[in-house]
Amino acid sequence: MESTVSQHTILPATSESDLVTARHLARGYSKEIGLGLVDETKLVTAVSELTRNAIVHGGGGSVCFEQVERDGRQGVRVTFEDHGPGIPDVTVAMLDGGSSTKSLGLGLPGSRRLVDEFELHSEVGKGTKVMIVKWK
Amino acid sequence: MSVERIPILKMGEFLLVSIQTELDDRLAVNLQKELTARVAETGARGVLLDISGLDIVDSFLGRMISTIAEMTRIMDAETVVVGMKPAIAITLVEMGLTLPGVVTALNVEKGMELLRARTRASGEGDGIHSLSTYHTAGHQ
Ligand SMILES: Nc1ncnc2c1ncn2[C@@H]1O[C@H](COP(=O)(O)OP(=O)(O)OP(=O)(O)O)[C@@H](O)[C@H]1O
Ligand SMILES: [Mg+2]
Repeated sequence: MESTVSQHTILPATSESDLVTARHLARGYSKEIGLGLVDETKLVTAVSELTRNAIVHGGGGSVCFEQVERDGRQGVRVTFEDHGPGIPDVTVAMLDGGSSTKSLGLGLPGSRRLVDEFELHSEVGKGTKVMIVKWK
Repeated sequence: MSVERIPILKMGEFLLVSIQTELDDRLAVNLQKELTARVAETGARGVLLDISGLDIVDSFLGRMISTIAEMTRIMDAETVVVGMKPAIAITLVEMGLTLPGVVTALNVEKGMELLRARTRASGEGDGIHSLSTYHTAGHQ
């Protein structure tokens, strides 16, 4: 199903200050469509996790925020893209505790639980793209 | 680059840390280091970590909070986290981030009470937490 985009912002994701900006943008877009505080907090948290992944694991990339509408419903779509090493085993990475470092490995599976739509595409040697949507 | 720091206040045998600013990763790591140094230097028995100023806690910050609790415990001090916003608590539960070993209370007063009770009781065999769940005080 097609959705229409009424507004978008593209942000580089390379440094820690970009992470802070990404959280602010997530909050701004949430407010724009009138998300409740709990949903807003969930979206901001997911954006924080996935932006950090793009910076830390993906060697940096970009984050694109879009205000979308589908069937009269408003949403925020966020796409994280990097040209890093990619994820060799997406199934493992999506498991709780599926970290390649000694981290918790909650970023990917945790974010998926916080949003309404979650798509992950990754190719070894090419990069990783994650798209999430939170609907009002 | 900002040289912003989170103030650490000494109140009797406790340290009070109140995070009133957006915590970026660097600030969080610095706080962790400074706090453990201060616990060692002052011999504080407890740390009250007020996070009422935080709007989100992601896995990085959650881990930092757990680490602070763990490190202070090794130094024989208790950490109690107070003021977590309900939306953050809901988000953490949904994510599956359970903050193992972290003791929480509703607000600073309840946290202080809990800290006093716990440091008084320590040495009586109640100091160990193996549950990876929230311990909540103040709902009597
Ligand atoms: N953008 C990415 N590029 C390459 N690998 C990635 C990317 N995102 C995630 N991964 C891989 O997937 C694993 C799981 O990611 P996830 O965010 O769940 O955990 P983590 O980042 O290791 O730990 P946490 O997010 O809990 O601090 C990572 O350890 C990493 O190996
Ligand atoms: Mg991660």
